[in-house]
Amino acid sequence: MAISFDNALGIHEHALQARVQRAEVLANNLANADTPGYKARDIDFQAMMQKAQNSVSGFNMSATHSGHMDTSSPGADGELLYRTPNQPSIDGNTVEAQGEQTRFMRNAMDYQASFEFLSSKFAGLKKAIKGE
Amino acid sequence: MSLGNIFDIAGSGMTAQSLRLNTTASNIANAETASSSTEDTYRARKPVFAAIQQSMLNPDQQGFGAAKGEGPGAGVRVEGIVESDAELQMRYEPAHPAANEDGYVYYPNVNVVEEMADMMSSSRSFQMNVDIMNATKSMMQRVLTLGQQ
Repeated sequence: MAISFDNALGIHEHALQARVQRAEVLANNLANADTPGYKARDIDFQAMMQKAQNSVSGFNMSATHSGHMDTSSPGADGELLYRTPNQPSIDGNTVEAQGEQTRFMRNAMDYQASFEFLSSKFAGLKKAIKGE
Repeated sequence: MSLGNIFDIAGSGMTAQSLRLNTTASNIANAETASSSTEDTYRARKPVFAAIQQSMLNPDQQGFGAAKGEGPGAGVRVEGIVESDAELQMRYEPAHPAANEDGYVYYPNVNVVEEMADMMSSSRSFQMNVDIMNATKSMMQRVLTLGQQ
């Protein structure tokens, strides 16, 4: 019986991917913290995970007719959404540098967590292969 | 789409902020450069920033956000440097070697207080980009250790 990496690694692979995407978007927000008219963006991590979870577990709602509506929440495909600013600046920039930096660091921590899970999955697989 | 892009993004931010710091330094250094005519007088210089879209760099890109023609963006660029058109300072200094026939010299329209605030803002933004780079570096280093334990 072959080992399917998709089954073995589960959601963590998708989570790591989504964390990288989010890090990129947040880094871009911070690089443009002083660009006039720039609007801060973000991705909906929860919606993306929900979708990935559904496809991993196989409980996806199937659309068999063109009239069937898309039941996934907006942002599930990793499209960029605009952030609602607390205090937009006068030049139209909506990047709040402190908030973005906090989110970036938090995202980096979550990335490490996902990575640990993935790492332990690999350790488990190794153990199973060795059979010690 | 990878962690490598973040280095480019943070790098572009650092380049832009150091250019901004450069104009500030030039403005402050020339804050007292007097001249006898309005044309020759130094004017405060300001960089104009603009966001780079990924589709501008690579129109036929694949993957994340590509379907809607919007990537996560690729950092910031300096679109140009504009000279301030604020009024020059005219001072009556007949003893000045550059004074014109009426005894006036022109001083640049550099607002030193404003420049100092600009300097603080740009150095903070620079530091922020450095932080991003360091965090990304440690994320990448972790990936290299995958499956090593």
